[in-house]
Amino acid sequence: MLKSYECVLIFTPVLTKEEVEKVVGDYQELIKAQGGEIVHTDFWGIKQLAYPIRKKTTGFYLVIEYSAPAESTAKLEVYYKRDERILRFLTTQLDKFAVEYNERKRKGLIGKGVKHKHGQSGAVSSSLIDDDDFDSLIPDDLQNMEG
Amino acid sequence: MSANKEIRFLTSPKLGRNVKKYCRFKRSGIRYIDYKNPDFLMKFINDQGKILPRRLTGNSLKYQRRVAQAIKRARHIALLPYVADNLK
Repeated sequence: MLKSYECVLIFTPVLTKEEVEKVVGDYQELIKAQGGEIVHTDFWGIKQLAYPIRKKTTGFYLVIEYSAPAESTAKLEVYYKRDERILRFLTTQLDKFAVEYNERKRKGLIGKGVKHKHGQSGAVSSSLIDDDDFDSLIPDDLQNMEG
Repeated sequence: MSANKEIRFLTSPKLGRNVKKYCRFKRSGIRYIDYKNPDFLMKFINDQGKILPRRLTGNSLKYQRRVAQAIKRARHIALLPYVADNLK
């Protein structure tokens, strides 16, 4: 039985754009290889950390929501630990309210200016990504879903 | 002698009429607290980054536990600091 999970990965800021794109793809593939299904991928871009981690003050944030068998988490976390590009990772299991919340958030129903965002839901996820180059990171099926 | 006729209170009479505290999650129907939203969690920490107690926030026990969990997760992924000065 598949359970819903959400994983936040923080990558070191020294990566180039190509490396970041590759890394994002790699981890999506890795989750799929463990028998998981990716629900949503959210790339926040480079972000200031609240405190330095390994002497880095910024990092690339990647949030992946997926459903996978329960045994997969331990295996995935081994990969996260081995990868020196990852500063921090956090995997959380989502309950039914969290899944519902994430869906509503993706549609732009949560947060400030909710009423304005309702009509143009396509702009919500792309506005989270700073650079135009990172638009290609959003999977195609996702763009269709929001369009 | 007019001063003696005034009724005097040892404590201010306004003190006893405090508005009853309430749990904002129960009242507004929030079922899930997002640990990825540091701006919202800022309401439940003081300027040193410590989690505020229930007696100040008025949260029910159920949601205080979830707030605390969310804040701890946000700290782990460096969205909130573990220790800070003048956070607000």
